[in-house]
Amino acid sequence: MSIATKRLHSIRRTRRRNTVIYHFLMSAFCFAMLYPLLWMLASSLKPNTDIFVSVSSLIPHPLTFENYINGWKGFAGISFGVFFRNSLVIALLHSFGCTLSASIVAFGFARIRFPGRNVWFVSMILTMMLPGQVMMIPRFILFHKLGWVGTFLPMTVPAFFGGAFNIFLVMQFIRGIPRYMDEAARIDGCSWYGIYFYIILPLIVPALVTVMVLSFIGSWGDFMGSLLYLNTPQKYTVAYALKLFSDSSFTDFGATFAMSVLSMIPILIIFFVFQRNLIEGISLSGVKG
Amino acid sequence: MRRLKHFLCREKVAGYVFIMPFIIGLFVFTVMPFFTSLYLAFTSYNILTPPKWVGLENFRTMFFKDKLFWQSFWVTFKFAFIQVPIKLLFSLAVAIVLSKKTKAISFYRAAFYIPSLMGASVAIALTWQQLFSYHGAINGILTALGIAPVKWLNNPSTALGVLIALGVWQFGSSMLIFLAAIKNVPSSYHEAAIVDGAGPVRRFFTIVLPMITPIIFFNLVNQTIGAFQAFNSSYLITQGKPLNTTLYYGVHLYNRAFVYSEMGYGSAMAWFMLLVIAIFTAFIFRSSSAWVYYESEGN
Repeated sequence: MSIATKRLHSIRRTRRRNTVIYHFLMSAFCFAMLYPLLWMLASSLKPNTDIFVSVSSLIPHPLTFENYINGWKGFAGISFGVFFRNSLVIALLHSFGCTLSASIVAFGFARIRFPGRNVWFVSMILTMMLPGQVMMIPRFILFHKLGWVGTFLPMTVPAFFGGAFNIFLVMQFIRGIPRYMDEAARIDGCSWYGIYFYIILPLIVPALVTVMVLSFIGSWGDFMGSLLYLNTPQKYTVAYALKLFSDSSFTDFGATFAMSVLSMIPILIIFFVFQRNLIEGISLSGVKG
Repeated sequence: MRRLKHFLCREKVAGYVFIMPFIIGLFVFTVMPFFTSLYLAFTSYNILTPPKWVGLENFRTMFFKDKLFWQSFWVTFKFAFIQVPIKLLFSLAVAIVLSKKTKAISFYRAAFYIPSLMGASVAIALTWQQLFSYHGAINGILTALGIAPVKWLNNPSTALGVLIALGVWQFGSSMLIFLAAIKNVPSSYHEAAIVDGAGPVRRFFTIVLPMITPIIFFNLVNQTIGAFQAFNSSYLITQGKPLNTTLYYGVHLYNRAFVYSEMGYGSAMAWFMLLVIAIFTAFIFRSSSAWVYYESEGN
């Protein structure tokens, strides 16, 4: 074997060793990152008396589903099925509203030239920087006066009037569509409404999926909205019910863990189905804090 | 009817038709509440009886009488100034590591991103609470390693750290933004530097880092504003305990406004927070000309 090939072999060997070290360290780090989630899952499958006895073990032994059966009964005679239905209704309406309004408003900003456009656009950017805490009290008063407290309306209706981040995200996407498509359509006598509906809307579906997914996840996990606006157990969302459930049954940790796991499942499903849209959306705009 | 159709099809009109939802929303859900809140800050108001004008009384109470006001302010300050830098350094470091290799990257990326997707949820807050409880898994691991268990959530010097750890754990989304920015650095720059004999470390500090300063800036502003408004982790995990060492400004504001029905006082607190955030954002913006590099202007 010549010296050159010997050197080549040794370089390859160190490179392979480095790759092994890299993957070993990354896997260890991944495990640490996912540990809290795995621990939650493992604890939900342990008998209640075992959770804090075999606390650092991630393998439930014996394995039981009784926590899920006990937890699902919920509290105040209302099962978690009701809370899941409420969360689902709110999240679906919210994400539908966000998507619809973002697509319409973004088209107006990105494609049509009208007087005052820049003023409105700047005011939209400004609303992004406004801290939510300033809005919390006056909005509560507004919804109180409208008689909306105790209903799903405060958590769904505002979505239909366009959120700045979503509009911005869709706008960035529309800007990437060549203008000659709308110009050709205009020459053929198509109105702005036609261009929106027949040309732009089909092309921005990927961006709209991103908006829909992000707003669904945001709404599903929202605790503050439920805390402020819901006051009857029949209307509680999963997030809020989970908090009250853990307060009322603080000896039954297993059931709380079981319901926590169930509350995460919709998010996980969405993540695995729409992973690409999500990651592209975040990379584009950094919507989530 | 035809005239209406003709009217709606004019460019100026069509533009306003499309952004109408935003304009209505802006006035009803942002501008009106904004000024209502400013007015209420100078009143005493419990939502049941009409607001009573009290001038600067709310601010006087805030600055001189309400001890929890300053306490919660410092807690939030500490939280933001420890959490944000750690989180950003962490997400930048992980983004650099992930930008190097191509195999299995999507798996690692997913594993790091999932926590930030669910971190703010009630389920995670409750799990975090048990994870760090005296009989929880963290102490379980420490005991197995022969280290004495710690009362994480009952000790004034560690409780805030537990909440900061929860915040840092959610570094995934800022990491994704960094990752996208690092990948956007043109490879020709790297190639040119390699030809000139620059190693990976040198290339990172002289090419990648300056090129991504606008994104660092973006993440810094975003995370700082977010940290000042933190609510869930304190409200759900510690309720401000022990000795109010984890009482966030947002939680104190919520308690005053909604538990004690002092909407006027709450509004005054919210406006003070708005000013503090505005000053910090302005400060970051002003400093940005010194350290943020924009390709279009420089060379």
